[in-house]
Amino acid sequence: MVSAVKVRLAPLLHSYTAGAAAVSAEGTNLGALLNDLDRQFPGIRFRIVDEQYRLRRHMRCFVNSSDIRDLAAPLQAGDEVFIVGALSGG
Amino acid sequence: MTPDPSRLCLLVATRKGLFIMNAAPERHRFALEGPHFLGHVVHHAVLDPRDRRTLLTAVSTGHLGPTVFRSTDFGSIWQEAERPPQFSAGSGRAVNHVFWLTPGHAGEPAVWYAGTSPQGLFRSEDGGRSWSGVDGLNAHPLLATWTGGEQDGTPDGPKLHSILIDPRDARRMYVGMSSGGVFTTDDAGATWRPLNHGSKAEFFPDADVEYGQDPHRVALHPARPDRLYQQNHCGIYRMDRPDDCWVRIGASMPPDIGDIGLPLAIHPRDPDTIWVFPMDGTTVWPRVSPDGRPAVYATNDAGASWTRHDHGLPPRDAWLTVKRQGMCADGLDPVGIYFGTTSGEIWASADEGHGWQSIARHLPEIYAVEAALW
Repeated sequence: MVSAVKVRLAPLLHSYTAGAAAVSAEGTNLGALLNDLDRQFPGIRFRIVDEQYRLRRHMRCFVNSSDIRDLAAPLQAGDEVFIVGALSGG
Repeated sequence: MTPDPSRLCLLVATRKGLFIMNAAPERHRFALEGPHFLGHVVHHAVLDPRDRRTLLTAVSTGHLGPTVFRSTDFGSIWQEAERPPQFSAGSGRAVNHVFWLTPGHAGEPAVWYAGTSPQGLFRSEDGGRSWSGVDGLNAHPLLATWTGGEQDGTPDGPKLHSILIDPRDARRMYVGMSSGGVFTTDDAGATWRPLNHGSKAEFFPDADVEYGQDPHRVALHPARPDRLYQQNHCGIYRMDRPDDCWVRIGASMPPDIGDIGLPLAIHPRDPDTIWVFPMDGTTVWPRVSPDGRPAVYATNDAGASWTRHDHGLPPRDAWLTVKRQGMCADGLDPVGIYFGTTSGEIWASADEGHGWQSIARHLPEIYAVEAALW
């Protein structure tokens, strides 16, 4: 079943969401959620994951309060995802 | 028809954004506009000489993945590529950044090429909106052998650069790979072969190898397309095809200056004239102006002799570094020469290198300077 999830986005991604810091997206796992984000905001996924479907080195995805790097990680309705640039970035 | 100098601009790609500098007619003053993409790493920005309005920019950030933006109104509106350069899924490779942009052959007006880090070649057939890999190179079974391992790239990652297209034949192309060497195709990228005979790889036990060299910048002369120049990790070279052997023309540089550097600029009309910016390549490779005395060196006889040009440049205590995309020539007469430094300065000469003046300071670290006529 598709899960509706609140997604908070760090400012470095706001150019894709017309400035919105929080959006809603759907997906049964993190990868599917990113696909839905890309459908809504074209181009955003490739800035977050590479062409081998790996989370980019300096990007982090938190599901609720857990740091998740596995895009197959399941999501449930009511989860909150926070996508942010890592402290390690440039 | 003589180009109008008031239509000259410089596209300055920096580690923190893109700046556009518009020239006053005498080329002694430039108005700085920007930054575009403030905070983004901009590796290259190129105006399409075929339509003089399509501007492509290679952009990434410390966090976000690499992409290409496109504008047809000098940056009032930027549109991101629908499909930026990316390796095929399952290849195991990922583009770290788009490093180089080259408009295609005049007979293929919507075609562009992009070179990436790590080494990859990509082609767009719709003016930069979508990109596909050139599989003849990206999936070549010897690519990993040609390019070497992790230690064989530049400090900022291994790169494919200097994408050159023979103006007589769109199918004949050249690329430089750091590391890897110079490679050429005669069939629009379906098959490739190394073109490195005569250029040294002094960081290997045997300096005379078929591939594995480090060309920093390669140029093809549009008026004599069989003539190539390169500023290599191991010297300055010229090749006159079909004699496919690089000749070390840097051997005639003054010994106390040497022939090590990163950029190279060619005269738009005279195949015998090029400019280089020597940097200290001794000991631990300082890669700054030798002895703190920056100078551009020019040859007007295809490398048989060189002339030092430093009038107007700091006479001492100036430890300048210019990256491989950081020097260019405009298409005017006399030719204007420009270079941008990692310390954020741009220097200009409106008289083919004889006299220099600072036209910008305090910019971020400069990666690339391209002259364009709009």
